[in-house]
Amino acid sequence: MGERKGVFVTVGTTSFDKLVAAVDSEPVKAALFRRGFSHLQIQIGRGTYIPSKVSGEDGELEVDYFTFSPTIADHLTAASLVISHAGSGSIFETLRLGKPLVVVVNEDLMDNHQAELAEELADRKHLFFARGPHLLAQTIESMDLESLVPYTPGNPKNIADQIDAFFGFSSPGEGSDQKGGEGEGASVSKISKLFSFFLDSL
Amino acid sequence: MEPDFLTIIALIVSLLVIRVTYVLYWTGRPFKRAPKTSLRTMIVLGSGGHTAEMLSIVNVLQKDKYAPRSYVAALTDNMSLQKAQVYEESLQNHENNVDKKRGAQFMQIYRSREVGQSYITSIGTTIVAIIHAMWIVLKLRPQVILCNGPGTCIPLCACAYLLKLIGWRWCTTIYIESIARVKKLSLSGFLLYKLPLADQFFVQWPLLQQKFPRSQYAGRVM
Repeated sequence: MGERKGVFVTVGTTSFDKLVAAVDSEPVKAALFRRGFSHLQIQIGRGTYIPSKVSGEDGELEVDYFTFSPTIADHLTAASLVISHAGSGSIFETLRLGKPLVVVVNEDLMDNHQAELAEELADRKHLFFARGPHLLAQTIESMDLESLVPYTPGNPKNIADQIDAFFGFSSPGEGSDQKGGEGEGASVSKISKLFSFFLDSL
Repeated sequence: MEPDFLTIIALIVSLLVIRVTYVLYWTGRPFKRAPKTSLRTMIVLGSGGHTAEMLSIVNVLQKDKYAPRSYVAALTDNMSLQKAQVYEESLQNHENNVDKKRGAQFMQIYRSREVGQSYITSIGTTIVAIIHAMWIVLKLRPQVILCNGPGTCIPLCACAYLLKLIGWRWCTTIYIESIARVKKLSLSGFLLYKLPLADQFFVQWPLLQQKFPRSQYAGRVM
């Protein structure tokens, strides 16, 4: 008997009842079961829709849920597939762990800029993308897990170096800062002192 | 002979024109010489991904160069300042010499507008937010403001810029658009780019750098 493959669903700190309901629906559960997943754990966050727990004894998908957990990372690590809302935190935390990810956009959110990020990462083949919970079943059925490309995490050091360069600070490991007299700020504050002095003298 | 009223006005206006021209010229231009002391840094936090991104950037900054640090978040945002406090505390544990005088500060600011608030009452709350922002900027005296998109950063950056224009202080504003913005800028980003208020403007996706050529693309933070 093969290793048990689990699915973890997360909505982060939001309420995304439509996703939880879709995951809890027969078409999605059947699609997951057909794809070889044996158990499903749903993090429902602030949502009010309560999924039905299933023991999985009768040869069907086992289902459990919780609202929040301090150890989401553990659930992500244990999962073989993650289904997530389109929040950047959830997305990148999952991608960093190298887990296959299906992102579902919440169409009820106004100004849905979250979809942009999921779309771009899907175009780059880092995850699968469903424009709404109603498309989840078909996304699961058609997804080719082999086609996923691992995501290489970014490095904030590049931006930090550019900021250092703006001020003339050398990056750690390089030589010392640009030598010279006072920086921009000091000569400017001299002028502003002059200015305030001038105002005072009027 | 006493200078008459018109002469005084003309003098003030000329000084202001000189000052404003000076500010407009130098905004966005890298410093000619590195500051001798560390820079007082204000870090603006926001709900959700904003704080996580911001802290990942602060984490790789040279802490001795950007100090003392202050963190500002909206009054209704409970988590962000907590995360920042935990982060700063973790730094204290690693450093051998804890300089109490230069410890981090944490402040909350009124929001201009809550989600779903009517636009009419928003006018009043925005005015309150601007006054509060000015008070915070005068109190914290930042030389650097780091922000990445939450609406709370606009009143703060605007007040810092206003003080710069009238010659009161010099503050460098560094804006890093959120990683979630791939094809369009956020409203805060758009305002800071267009007005322009920011000295440095980073985007995390190449398409945005092409659309907004005065921005810089230096990769992603996550």
